[in-house]
Amino acid sequence: MNLFVSEGNPHCVKVLAAVELTGVKCDISHVNHEERVVPYLSRPTLPALALPSGLHLFSPNAICRFLFEASGREASSLANQWLEWEATELQPALAQALHLSALQGKRTEAATALQVPLSVLEQGLRKRATPFLSGEEVSVADIVLWGALYPVLSDSSFMTGELAQVGGWFQRVALLPACQSAVRAVLTGKGAESQLKAYLQKQPAPHAQRREAQPCNQPEAEDTEVVVTEEEMQAAAQTWNLGLKDCPAPISREHPILPQDGKRNILLTSALPYVNNVPHLGNIIGCVLSADVFARYGRLRGWNVLFVCGTDEYGTATENKAREEGLTPQQICDKYHAVHTAIYRWFHIDFDYFGRTTTPHQTEIAQDIFWRLHERGFLLEDTVEQLRCEGCQRFLADRFVEGVCPHCRYPEARGDQCDKCGRLINAVELKDPQCKVCRQTPVIQSSKHLFLDLPKLEGQLEEWLERSFSSGDWTANARQITRSWIRDGLKPRCITRDLQWGTPVPHPDFSEKVFYVWFDAPIGYLSITANYTSQWEKWWKNPDQVELYNFMAKDNVPFHSVVFPCSLLGAQDNYTLVNHLIATEYLNYEDTKFSKSRGVGVFGDMAKDTGIPADVWRFYLLYLRPEGQDSAFSWADMALKNNSELLNNLGNFINRAGMFVTRFFEGSVPQMELLQEDLKLLAQVGWELRQYIQLLDKVRIRDALKCILNISRHGNQYIQVNEPWKKIKGGDQERQRAGTVTGVAVNVACLLSALLHPYMPTVGAAIRDQLRAPPTCMEAALQGAGSFVCVLPAGHRIGTVSPLFQKLEADQIEALKKRFGGQQPEEEAAGPQALTLPRSARLALLFSALAECSRAAGSPGTWFAGGGGPTGAGSRREALSPADDATPLIGSGRLRARAPRSPAAASPPNGDGGKEERGTSRVAASRPAFRRARETRQRYDQPEPLSLKQKPHPVLWLTPPPPQPRPAAQPCADPERAQQLAREVAEQGERVRTLKAQKAEKGAITAEVSRLLELKKQLALAEGRNPDPAPQKGKKK
Amino acid sequence: MVFWFPAPPQVPVLQINNGPSLSGLVTIATHLVQEAKRPELLGDSAEQRAVVQQWLEYRVTKLDNCPKEEIKTILKDLNQYLEDKVYLAGNNFTLADTLMYYGIHHIMVDLTVQEKEKWANVSRWFDHVQHYPGVRHHLPPVVVSRNRLYTGGHH
Repeated sequence: MNLFVSEGNPHCVKVLAAVELTGVKCDISHVNHEERVVPYLSRPTLPALALPSGLHLFSPNAICRFLFEASGREASSLANQWLEWEATELQPALAQALHLSALQGKRTEAATALQVPLSVLEQGLRKRATPFLSGEEVSVADIVLWGALYPVLSDSSFMTGELAQVGGWFQRVALLPACQSAVRAVLTGKGAESQLKAYLQKQPAPHAQRREAQPCNQPEAEDTEVVVTEEEMQAAAQTWNLGLKDCPAPISREHPILPQDGKRNILLTSALPYVNNVPHLGNIIGCVLSADVFARYGRLRGWNVLFVCGTDEYGTATENKAREEGLTPQQICDKYHAVHTAIYRWFHIDFDYFGRTTTPHQTEIAQDIFWRLHERGFLLEDTVEQLRCEGCQRFLADRFVEGVCPHCRYPEARGDQCDKCGRLINAVELKDPQCKVCRQTPVIQSSKHLFLDLPKLEGQLEEWLERSFSSGDWTANARQITRSWIRDGLKPRCITRDLQWGTPVPHPDFSEKVFYVWFDAPIGYLSITANYTSQWEKWWKNPDQVELYNFMAKDNVPFHSVVFPCSLLGAQDNYTLVNHLIATEYLNYEDTKFSKSRGVGVFGDMAKDTGIPADVWRFYLLYLRPEGQDSAFSWADMALKNNSELLNNLGNFINRAGMFVTRFFEGSVPQMELLQEDLKLLAQVGWELRQYIQLLDKVRIRDALKCILNISRHGNQYIQVNEPWKKIKGGDQERQRAGTVTGVAVNVACLLSALLHPYMPTVGAAIRDQLRAPPTCMEAALQGAGSFVCVLPAGHRIGTVSPLFQKLEADQIEALKKRFGGQQPEEEAAGPQALTLPRSARLALLFSALAECSRAAGSPGTWFAGGGGPTGAGSRREALSPADDATPLIGSGRLRARAPRSPAAASPPNGDGGKEERGTSRVAASRPAFRRARETRQRYDQPEPLSLKQKPHPVLWLTPPPPQPRPAAQPCADPERAQQLAREVAEQGERVRTLKAQKAEKGAITAEVSRLLELKKQLALAEGRNPDPAPQKGKKK
Repeated sequence: MVFWFPAPPQVPVLQINNGPSLSGLVTIATHLVQEAKRPELLGDSAEQRAVVQQWLEYRVTKLDNCPKEEIKTILKDLNQYLEDKVYLAGNNFTLADTLMYYGIHHIMVDLTVQEKEKWANVSRWFDHVQHYPGVRHHLPPVVVSRNRLYTGGHH
């Protein structure tokens, strides 16, 4: 046995004392704090005991307990209890106290932090009245607690008169020879304090308020009741009563928007989309949509916002596209600029100006910056070797040349990278290079180019970055990417290119060249603003008055944080540099990448063809916004979020609130007399509102959206508990109560319309329209730290209330998924991809088949740990030789019968789906992952026809599972009839709603409702579902 | 025998008939296992007992109330630890598995498919424990994907 300890670490005092006291033999090694002794822990953890079996103990208390037990002294329940208390209650307080006293010199605060645990210890000792914690003899608990408290209690100033028992006990333990020698071994004499300090500095900072983690991030937040204090309720009531009287008037947007004195002037850009790529959902969420949310929010906050963007139009790709389509580059740009404009308009992206880079202003400003850099000596000249195709009469950009990889001899390596070995390639190193357009062999030609001297600007850049980092909001990935670029050292970067389609380099020695796109494109922000207003310099040369926000996906960070700022710094013209850089991670599509060429994913122009409203798209993309980590778009999840969050939560609440006013109070907001319960809701909503503002001020767009959903959840709960539909039928007092609840609820709905505006502008406007909300209600909510005021007072008349959202049906989603899923899976499997399935995927297929088989054999999940885990897996791995194709496995036995035959069969059965929506949020959160798992599996389940032609596979030794019985309803499925029925159901539903809204006779309504139910039943049958309706969640009215 | 022991509100307390009260999740659970005469659930050697106690302590100190940014580290460490083990204490199911299961359930529920695959050993252990007869109780089962269908090349 080997015990590893380090100096200054109080935990090591415990274990060394235990070793001495018990006399258990073990070797002791002194190591550094950073030494990682326990192989599986990411943080160095000491002390650690390596057991003879090879296992490690890394918990000091477990080590002490083991040593005591090895010497025949088992811990009593009482000792156990003290040990657990030490680990869970004392240690957190101690960590804080030591941090405060040893590192910050705050001794009084440290003593306060320890007050509670020390008095617990004092009282425990007093009650027992024994010399040691669990009796007459020293036990493991004494050693552990004494060691833990040693750094504090050995300093006698911590000991106060109230801690007499603790003092006596501590002295008794400290006088044990074992304890004295342990102290000497770990905290040696004069250096003791600095050793402790050194140890503490290596520890993570203690979490003082660990229980108060960000509630908005925690999906279970709504489970835990936030405690609302009396003061909070009073404050909420005061705010509520303010009403609209002090509210600022909405600011009208008058173009051109220019910076104003005494205002927060915000210049907002989103990365310029490349003109001839139709943007996909990932592009949309990464820049324009995120920036739009923030711009809309900023305008509501009363900031003076200018939001500009435009298409990035120069470059090789445009030239080639033009060649392909037989147009001029300018015609291509015109055509696609219009496509982009239409897409963003459809998504309700509210730019102040959406421009383009192919304008005279671009040339003028880019050339001006160029000359200023040149005059100030920030440009270098160098010769570059490039491939030139004589056939096409042009230099070949990296992606237009192909050849043999110089590293692995792969014949189709690209000019910049080899797809086979993944290594980066310099195009001139390719063997047997070919022009991808005409297949001629290009020649190497050298040509003079200009470089931006980044190393010369590095000092200035770092100085500016330090300021911007400390004063602005930079997302963590933006900071990190920028730091790593600077850490790796900056090199001169070429700013010129041998092309025609670009901003011409004005220098006579480089007259045939244009600016390289990375130098040119960010200047587009300036030139686009110049096209918007002739006074553009008031925004761009005004760093004292203007705050610049850049939105982008993370791949664009270095150009905005390092390269472009260097151009502007070197030009020395008092440019506005980025203050806040907001970068997203990537959005994937159903766990794969978006790919235009493979037809995988939803692209901007197709979104509107799905029939799903733009606001629902906005909601789901923002709900998934890849903040902090990548996220994945999934159709099933989109349907789930639409149906659970928008329809059942948000839409349901707002609709009910409005309907109560219409139905019970003739459309006029009733008198409200607030009780404790109402004040509690006001406080809860107010808290979420303030949280929303704090988060959005920091551009935490996704997190702030959760606050909106929390508010409507609180609202739903409030209605559910108070049951105004019942109370309205009661006596005067009950009717008054129904009125108050309705009035408060409809005001919460109105508040939600304001908070929704940045996310779902059309829905927000529809709510305000239905409620006939006063125009200032949005500004009223978002002023200052946020105030929930009564904006719809008693007597206010609302308009016609109608549902805001529609259910997304499983078959609809299934059809969309097919449509946007790329090539048919059958083709994929039949093509070469199936043969080159990576080894891990083939193995996975084998495992999945094994799992299916073992499940059929009635032993759930035995493949996982059965057969000794990794060893078992290893032997199975050998069963599948690299030449084998795994697909036949899938064709065998039961899986064949399970392959989906119709969209209805592929979606979960109806009852199941219903349950999902009713589940608690925790369950709901787990479902998308579950669904995704099913879907990905199905993709691989499908190559069944192919497998029939293959020879039987050795895996047949597994018991073939019995054939799966077909679902009984399936043969009746009739898609055409289903479609017709779906229409009829919708119409009938509308009829029922209208009747109800008109307060028609009860008999008439009942008749129409039963007809609706009958239609629904027929529809279910036609879709091959179980016609018995899923039970309803509670009865809501 | 009655002895005084303070219990902060969130700490469970066990009042034994005519006996002392015990507080603390680990203390109570250990006590109950002993009462039930199932000592093997606490480990069948001094070494194993220490390992079991260590993971019980880990559950209440590291896992409970752990800040969000720590979750990854915990999953990573557990994943490495479980690489060559069926259960937390090696080859035998113990109390440590049960309590760790309850403690980590809310984290597992929220993991994406990719994350579950990233922490494959934890997922495997978790799935195994949730299927251990009598363990799961009221908690919803977490579906652990059983096949690595995508290669993760885009990360």
